[in-house]
Amino acid sequence: MARVIVDVMLKPEILDPQGQAIARALPRLGFSRVADVRQGKRFEIEIDGPADEAEITKMAETLLANTVIEDFTIRLEQ
Amino acid sequence: MRVGVVTFPGTLDDQDAARAVRLAGAEAVPLWHADHDLRGVDAVFLPGGFSYGDYLRCGAISRFAPIMDELIPAARDGLPVLGTCNGFQILCEAHLLPGALTRNEGLHYVCRDQRVRVENAGTAWTSAFTKGQEILLPIKHGEGRYVAAPEVLHELEGSGRVVFRYAGGNPNGSMNDIAGIANAAGTIVGLMPHPEHAVEELTGAPSLDGRGFFASILAKLVTA
Repeated sequence: MARVIVDVMLKPEILDPQGQAIARALPRLGFSRVADVRQGKRFEIEIDGPADEAEITKMAETLLANTVIEDFTIRLEQ
Repeated sequence: MRVGVVTFPGTLDDQDAARAVRLAGAEAVPLWHADHDLRGVDAVFLPGGFSYGDYLRCGAISRFAPIMDELIPAARDGLPVLGTCNGFQILCEAHLLPGALTRNEGLHYVCRDQRVRVENAGTAWTSAFTKGQEILLPIKHGEGRYVAAPEVLHELEGSGRVVFRYAGGNPNGSMNDIAGIANAAGTIVGLMPHPEHAVEELTGAPSLDGRGFFASILAKLVTA
């Protein structure tokens, strides 16, 4: 059993209003050194047998991320 | 003339869309997301709502529904398709239209009557309008901010594929005030505003401008 983490983030040039709202809220709560926040998604995927990075990449491109607006990174936790 | 109206789990506007099709004098043919069958329709309306609960991204799951296995190749072969709101999001996720719809700037869900300028009256769904005409349609969405890469925007603008632009204020932060776009052939059109909610005075519609979409496609199908 392999465990794979896929992180999906809006591309840097795409406006992230949710991240901005959080970045505005944190200083109000006393976290005064927060300079910026970007919000994304994390997928934890359990695979039967060993993980195949090419297969995970295909999975991310097909469904997990919309590559028009999002980038993704893959980490294998064997 | 038979216009298919697709229902996914979570679709909300299919009944309004079917009613608008019937008012225009065509037959509304219900199409079910789980069927591999377009039932021989002459055109397809992808209505709004929250298909599959907007899980993952708006339209991301719907794009892989069985009906889409039939619709995507048929649309590429010229079957006219109109997607409104969630339907527009599905068309983008299916790569039938370029770009994507993202969270509104300011995060607010916007529900109001919106002036929209017709920028291209040459598509299958807009021939009843004139270029530059302003129409009034309801909008109701939280993720309607159109974004695309600079080269895609340039191509859309240069080739007249920006079909609708918001007038009198941009409700969601869409790039270039874009409210709707078309494919290169002008057969597939997607927009955030709701023509199917602007066809009858009885429902409190802000206008009857939505009728133009259905008049356009019927005129096209009659002459085809």
